[in-house]
Amino acid sequence: MVKLDLLAILVPALPLLGVFITGFGRRKLSAYAAGGIATAMVALSFIASLILFLGHDGQTHIVHLFSWIHVGAMDIPFAFQIDALSLWMMLVVTGIGTLIHLYSIGYMHDDPRVATFFAQLNLFSFSMLLLVMGANFLVTFIGWEGVGMCSYLLIGFWYTTPAFNYAGRKAFVMNRIGDVGMLLAMALMFYQFGTLNYVDVMQQGGLMASGNPLIVTATLLLFLGATGKSAQLPLLTWLPDAMAGPTPVSALIHAATMVTAGVFLVVRSSVLYELAPYTQDIVLWVGVATALFGATVGLFQNDIKKVLAYSTVSQLGYMFAALGTGDYGNGMFHVTTHAFFKALLFLAAGSVIHALGGEQDIRKMGGLKGVTKTTYVTFLIATLAICGIPPLSGFFSKDGILASTFAANPVAYAVLVFAAMLTAFYMFRLLFLTFFGTYRGTAHPHESPKVMTVPLVVLAILSAIGGLLNIPHIFGGHSWLNTFLASAADGIGMHPLELSAGTEWTLMAISTALVLLTIWYAWSLFCKKTTLDGEPADMPFLKRLIAKRWMLDELYAWLFEKPFGWISKHFFSIGEEKIAVPLTAGTGKATLGFGEWLRKVQTGNSSFYLFAMMVGVVVLLILTYFSA
Amino acid sequence: MEHVMTAIRVVPLDSYLVLSFLLFSIGMVGALVRRNVIIVIMCLELMLNSVNLLLVAFSAYHSDPGAQIMVFFIMLVAAAEVTVGLSILVLMKRNTDSVDMNILNRLKW
Repeated sequence: MVKLDLLAILVPALPLLGVFITGFGRRKLSAYAAGGIATAMVALSFIASLILFLGHDGQTHIVHLFSWIHVGAMDIPFAFQIDALSLWMMLVVTGIGTLIHLYSIGYMHDDPRVATFFAQLNLFSFSMLLLVMGANFLVTFIGWEGVGMCSYLLIGFWYTTPAFNYAGRKAFVMNRIGDVGMLLAMALMFYQFGTLNYVDVMQQGGLMASGNPLIVTATLLLFLGATGKSAQLPLLTWLPDAMAGPTPVSALIHAATMVTAGVFLVVRSSVLYELAPYTQDIVLWVGVATALFGATVGLFQNDIKKVLAYSTVSQLGYMFAALGTGDYGNGMFHVTTHAFFKALLFLAAGSVIHALGGEQDIRKMGGLKGVTKTTYVTFLIATLAICGIPPLSGFFSKDGILASTFAANPVAYAVLVFAAMLTAFYMFRLLFLTFFGTYRGTAHPHESPKVMTVPLVVLAILSAIGGLLNIPHIFGGHSWLNTFLASAADGIGMHPLELSAGTEWTLMAISTALVLLTIWYAWSLFCKKTTLDGEPADMPFLKRLIAKRWMLDELYAWLFEKPFGWISKHFFSIGEEKIAVPLTAGTGKATLGFGEWLRKVQTGNSSFYLFAMMVGVVVLLILTYFSA
Repeated sequence: MEHVMTAIRVVPLDSYLVLSFLLFSIGMVGALVRRNVIIVIMCLELMLNSVNLLLVAFSAYHSDPGAQIMVFFIMLVAAAEVTVGLSILVLMKRNTDSVDMNILNRLKW
């Protein structure tokens, strides 16, 4: 037990140590030293997680560090929960994190603030580990806010560009809307159960009746928090803008780990969600709508990172659709495989951007296949994986989700298959326009250094074979990940898939065939010849609408920003300038004037002082005489 | 001691009061209107001693020696105060070649 406690503490403590070393030494450390230390810390943390994982016995261990908040009946310990779910997330966070830290050494080596970057990246790893390891909602919430803050810092890392700062602020504000939901959910659960410990909440909540309005409210509020963090409708507009940050940040935070925090939270509370069928429906449909939204917008984007960002939104929609059907195992499975191939896609995109000296517009790329071979091959593998081509990892996770959605709701299934076709289209459009054809830019492309390509290769291998983690019964596997995770969250495995083998084969054949057809269509459009999209203004109406992201940003600007701006402006011009300023400035002026008048009493003439004293004494005497 | 008390009581208390009041008023007016610092210090002494006189008179009439103790304290403090006052006076004379109070009026505003 002592060993488990120590390791569990080491896992988040090491990245925190890295924060202090690289943060305080940021002026002294060289770029490679800072990168090396930061990477080593996360790698050690990964090793510690791996030891914990290998020694895991299927039990839930609570590592109690200290009693944190103890007021009256409220007792919230600062504790970690080590079970299958948190272990799995720890492995994903530290594993992918290590690779991305390593990659960042190459990507960021000539940035003047590289040590600060690594300090913030380590701080993110620490916060994310707190988030997944917390034994109660409040510890998770610290991590939840921590990753939000790191996201803000890293989006605005190149702070000299105002647009980047704006993007960071947008992410922060959008997340805050979600956080309100999470805070309210916590308050509600504390009110009901008197505790925030996951174990106790799930135990007591599990005894309540299905559809209990309290649980429905709590789960809805938690889901609001999840939509903020995981960029679901309606709180998704921050994620594409978050691409302003350095590309490794996009890979680590805005694709592989932080945005899956919402999925994690729902799986953590799966017992409650199982008791709220109403919420589950909402989760399903929000997921489906987001998957479709992201996939459509991805079609006509010209920024390589924006395409991937909308693809992330879309894939997160798949995960939530899985959660909505109660298929938590496949939701987590898709979190994992998506972490592999989306981190890879972003890192490969970063490698392309690096090769082209900062160019992100795919209209100015092309023909990079021959120059950046490793990047091309790994990007291709990731693209095949995200499209769900068998036997790559994405095939297993996505088809798992599609199958359980089909069992739950065929309409949702149809929408998701359509989104999968769109996914294949925009991903292959990206692939063809970037790597095929002839080069359309003016830079001198070159392959990235080894320190960047090695993580690509590792991630490519993971993307290719990641499906082995959870081979369904139909392929003779044992759904290992589902079984493993089932020990942690009671909700997992509550819904065994009730489809005949024939139906499953048919579903797989349909989606694979449709995806292949789409790929062929994309090939004919973008590889045989090169079709480039112009500016949105020249497009037909529907296409323009999609290319402008369904005008969602404009809608929010019109609905919230403008009224808010109007109110703020008038609060300033009336409340501030007409009321508050005259009031405070007037007080100051009155005091000054009175002092100006009163200081004349100070004549410097001692006789006058004596006289004043005498008058005072006489007045006091008279007062005493009359009051007595 | 007793015959001193008796001697004091020969004069009626009212006379002491009037005398004290007059002495105090002279001292006060002097301190207020005179500009010569020596005179002002003398006036202050006069005021202190008028109070002493009153205290002794009351002490005798009320047969309470406590007031006389107080008189000794006042005399002690007055001696100390005069020491300081006269030192200042000497320094003032040296620095400004004058004993006029109103020369030292820069300590204002």
